[in-house]
Amino acid sequence: MTPFSYSRPTSVADAVAALAEPGARLMGGGTNFVDLMRKGVEAPDHVVDVHGLPLGTIGEASGGGLRIGALVSNTALASDERVRRDYRMLSEALLSGATQQLRNRATTAGNVLQRTRCTYFMEPEYPCNKREPGSGCPAKTGFNRIHAILGESEHCIATHPSDMCVAMAALDATVHVTGSQGDREIPFVDFHLLPGDSPEAETVLRADDVITAITLPEASGASRNSVYVKVRDRQSYAFALVSVAAGIELDASGQIADVRIALGGVAHKPWRASGAEGLLRGSAPTEDAFREAGEAIVADANGYGHNDFKITLAPRTVALALNKALGLAQRATGDAR
Amino acid sequence: MSDPRTVGVSVTVNGEAHRLDLDPRVSLLDLLRLHLDLTGSKKGCNQGACGACTVLLDGERVNACLVLAVSCDGQEVTTIEGIGTPEALAPIQDAFIEHDGFQCGYCTPGQILSSVALMDEAARGLPSVIDVDAPPCSAAELSDEEISERMSGNICRCGAYPGIRKAIHAVASGAASTSRVASGAAQPATA
Ligand SMILES: Cc1cc2nc3c(=O)[nH]c(=O)nc-3n(C[C@H](O)[C@H](O)[C@H](O)COP(=O)(O)OP(=O)(O)OC[C@H]3O[C@@H](n4cnc5c(N)ncnc54)[C@H](O)[C@@H]3O)c2cc1C
Ligand code: SF4
Ligand code: FES
Ligand code: FES
Repeated sequence: MTPFSYSRPTSVADAVAALAEPGARLMGGGTNFVDLMRKGVEAPDHVVDVHGLPLGTIGEASGGGLRIGALVSNTALASDERVRRDYRMLSEALLSGATQQLRNRATTAGNVLQRTRCTYFMEPEYPCNKREPGSGCPAKTGFNRIHAILGESEHCIATHPSDMCVAMAALDATVHVTGSQGDREIPFVDFHLLPGDSPEAETVLRADDVITAITLPEASGASRNSVYVKVRDRQSYAFALVSVAAGIELDASGQIADVRIALGGVAHKPWRASGAEGLLRGSAPTEDAFREAGEAIVADANGYGHNDFKITLAPRTVALALNKALGLAQRATGDAR
Repeated sequence: MSDPRTVGVSVTVNGEAHRLDLDPRVSLLDLLRLHLDLTGSKKGCNQGACGACTVLLDGERVNACLVLAVSCDGQEVTTIEGIGTPEALAPIQDAFIEHDGFQCGYCTPGQILSSVALMDEAARGLPSVIDVDAPPCSAAELSDEEISERMSGNICRCGAYPGIRKAIHAVASGAASTSRVASGAAQPATA
């Protein structure tokens, strides 16, 4: 690790001010940041430890949903009664990620901003356009089993590794930010950027922005009857190859009134499949419809060799997740009768 | 590049208060091993992937290798040295011996701390991905599958997993042979 100075602000305003120092970076739980500092991928001059800020509670949001403080741990969020009942896919996504030790330490904001697990990015002896713009992308022709099939560019084919973010995208969450120019609210689906020709720019955050909270809209049938399906190389404790957050709400006649679909492991950002949702809304929840919706998502997908299998796997995982969500939706409709 | 400045930090480790000035790069694991001479916590991967460094921080298990020591100011740490002593082992330690829960022993301190935390988490009703709807309310109700999932952050290269599962079952269900079980000594020292 290169040397750095360290501060522990006690208010958001102090944290924002501390970020004015050149080379200053925020640290939440540190479970990604410390790892990357040790590898030399991150080399801050000044570390602003926000872990002690009073942003660690879950409360009601003004619109009737939930307001999740930036420092709520992944364990606390996944275990929250309201989250388990009303936003089930979020709980499942969190619990399928990392391990209890890591989830206890990891924060909500830190999880949103964790960096890609592209092995070339994580090893500074390799070139990498994201780490060092213009140096090249060895993943395109190298080992790319975990890499993107959607929304990638010739400059970078990395995926965003978070499970939690996939559910957040499907649930229409909002990111709340405070910076030197005041407060902003950013829809979750607009928060992460596709690589384009500047893969080093990963989000719409500015250098002195602090994430203060994430809000979820009021619960709905589709947020309650929802699941997270994660396909990985091992049954436990591994990042997703492909994952799907899906939720379904049925109307009185058993047709799909609302549906949510987002995918992980396929793109530079959590991939909200609005097109596929549009195909399904108002139609009957059949096996065929689910498969067609999944196929529509990968219609423009590209494989790079080792990750070609994702083009087949993704639609199947979508269909599986929708089927599971349908089961919950039917149970809910049955219970209501 | 700014020079490393030392930062003052106060931590309580196994009930004993310490006040140190540290380079902010020092991890909690290195603080324990190199500065406080508590070498029970092991360094395996140093990147959060093996669990050998697992300790309790304010009663919750974390990977000490990924925590900067200076960020633990005012917090309480429990290591394997705070769980039992060679003369008076904690029930979970006895159970590991009885059920062949360790072989080379390198991962064992982390496994024990995780086992202690697991029982506490189950008692608090924390869910796992196996069952988000209805988490168990005591470790005694945990299936083998649940214990494996909840212990998945602790890798054992020798493959002592079946013994570890048995040891946890034995203590959680009160079937462990020692009388210390009833005294509650398996609870984290900070609880
Ligand atoms: C072995 C291992 C396995 C893992 N497996 C999974 C997995 O399967 N699925 C998964 O989703 N994740 C997994 N993770 C990643 C883990 O979830 C993340 O490391 C964690 O969520 C990051 O949270 P943190 O609070 O520790 O962030 P930090 O490491 O502290 O920070 C991460 C980034 O967020 C920024 N940041 C932190 N807080 C704020 C804030 N309030 N405002 C603005 N910026 C901020 C930091 O500057 C930094 O760039 C794994 C990690 C490890 C080490
Ligand atoms: S895929 Fe992106 S992160 Fe990975 S080596 Fe290429 S440019 Fe770097
Ligand atoms: S040494 Fe900390 S997890 Fe491996
Ligand atoms: S006993 Fe040797 S690594 Fe677990």
